[in-house]
Amino acid sequence: MRIIACLKPVPDPKHWGRLALDPKTKTLIREGIPNIINPLDKKALEAALQLREREGGEVITISMAPISTKPVLREGLAMGADWSILLSDLAFVGSDALATSYILATAIKKLAPYDLILCGDQTLDGCTSLVSPQIAEFLDIPNLMHVSAIEAQTRGVFRVRSQIEYGYMLVEIMPPMVLSVVKEVNEPRYITLMNILEAERKEIRVWSSKDLSLDEPWVGLKGSPSQMADLIIPTMKRKGEILQEEPLEMANVLADRLHRYRYC
Amino acid sequence: MDFKLSEREELLRKSMREFAEKEIPPRMEAMEETGEFPVDLLKKMGDVGILGVITPPEYGGTGMGNLARIIILEEMGRVCPAIPMALQVHHMATQALSKFGNEEQKKRYLPPLAKGETMGVVAVTDPTGGSDVAGIKTSAKLDGDNYILNGRKCFITNSHVSDFWVVIARTGEGGRGLSAFIVEKSFSGAKLGRKENKVGLRGANTGELVFQNCVVPKANLLGHEGEGMNIAIQNIGETGRPGMASVALGILNAVLEQAVKFANERTLYGKSIGTLQAVQWHIAEIYADLEIARLLVYRVGWMRDNNIRCDAESALAKQFACEAAARSARKAIEIHGSYGVMKEYPVQRLLRDALVTIPAGGTGEISKLVMSRHALNMFK
Repeated sequence: MRIIACLKPVPDPKHWGRLALDPKTKTLIREGIPNIINPLDKKALEAALQLREREGGEVITISMAPISTKPVLREGLAMGADWSILLSDLAFVGSDALATSYILATAIKKLAPYDLILCGDQTLDGCTSLVSPQIAEFLDIPNLMHVSAIEAQTRGVFRVRSQIEYGYMLVEIMPPMVLSVVKEVNEPRYITLMNILEAERKEIRVWSSKDLSLDEPWVGLKGSPSQMADLIIPTMKRKGEILQEEPLEMANVLADRLHRYRYC
Repeated sequence: MDFKLSEREELLRKSMREFAEKEIPPRMEAMEETGEFPVDLLKKMGDVGILGVITPPEYGGTGMGNLARIIILEEMGRVCPAIPMALQVHHMATQALSKFGNEEQKKRYLPPLAKGETMGVVAVTDPTGGSDVAGIKTSAKLDGDNYILNGRKCFITNSHVSDFWVVIARTGEGGRGLSAFIVEKSFSGAKLGRKENKVGLRGANTGELVFQNCVVPKANLLGHEGEGMNIAIQNIGETGRPGMASVALGILNAVLEQAVKFANERTLYGKSIGTLQAVQWHIAEIYADLEIARLLVYRVGWMRDNNIRCDAESALAKQFACEAAARSARKAIEIHGSYGVMKEYPVQRLLRDALVTIPAGGTGEISKLVMSRHALNMFK
């Protein structure tokens, strides 16, 4: 079985207080901010590793990111992935979700045949939730989002649990497919010292646009139908109100306010 | 000179931080209350490789080395210093066995330590005093195929959570009359004595070992007869002092984080107290202590990994880092005002933890003796 896990390096939330906005390009200034594997992508990788342990095969991670993010991919290898692909090229800069999905899908086609492509439902920074369905469209394979469990397969058919608003769907689905996971899917394993040493011997292949047959109009800023109109840091304001009523009456007033502000 | 950590070391730090932040906090309240080490964490630590970081791979460890060990202890100590206190003594036992054990001893005792089946112990301190190693009275008399041990060891970390102990006992006269033994808890005459109730580093179990005609097979002599002083001094200097310094480094990290957090959040006179110079000076001094301690401790790790003798550097790192942790924790309490002496705030625990590091693993005065001996010979 060949399982591909898409990993995106994102700014570490512990350092978000130091993020600044570039007022001209309306993008985040990420220099100097450490990166982590997007938490839901890490869970996608964990799901891939668990599947490999059950069914056998290999796990490849793929990322579209600057070269400087190699240490983040090394972390994926230390979790247990077999090898990694880093898609890195100046031509990719400015890519929105669609352009990113196109580039990822083009690279994934080179890895055919594959069985599963796993992603996180969304990233901490972009939060678009578009990449997994778009990859599936480009590859012309089924996609299931909000996956909270991938159960064992029988005769090549996977039973996959996908969350819906007030419950879940249980879907029988055959590979190849794209699944994107939610936080309930698993708890990623700890990285062991042994695996850190092993990860140093594993390969991170760097592919640029020369290695992929890409249609230029679909890549980078040119290939991005979504353009950033504005990016602001909202000011957080709190309205403080002190209730003066007697306790019993105060409870009624409070309940009314909560109901009116739709907190219950 | 490259002061940057390697990619391996950065990944190690990151993964150890994740482990520490997830696994340790749920256990801290019980540790503070009972003073007991959370033994349920041992297997997880073994699986991740924390316990075997300096154990050679052929005996179940990774042999990642001393700087890696320091990083692990620092990250654990940043969350709860009692944990690396227990770990560093565990590593002392693995170092003693790796360096001085014969093949049979290594095969028998190193793998369970690496896997987390038991904690490691090195028992040097007699009631006569830990600083006076040559004054050890615990005796070991050869009787046929066995040594018979009599005596007591006190202030022994991991005493009650270990299945076997490396014990220094007297087989002859004077400083060269000490030998080291691997004593299993199950040996006849080996007993657990009292448990100590420390003010800090609670969760690193500390207690007494008692030997009453304890029968130890000859095969459990570690190294040669008369090598005990050498084993003890090397063990403390090469592994014990850097380990204690790393515990103090963890405390310094936590102290700075707590001090900065409080300074930024607490408002007085309409602004955060971090804007007040008096508070800024305290913060600057804590920051300086942390950075200097880190340089000193990491240097020792690097020297050990490159087989460079570093007795004085190790003593300096231990003495400086532990004193720095205590004075910085005190400053953090000053920054917190009265909140600093309330149990809900961690800074009071950090001061108590730091105070315990000062005499543990060798007093500051003994470290100064080591340093002065080195310095006095520097210009000859």
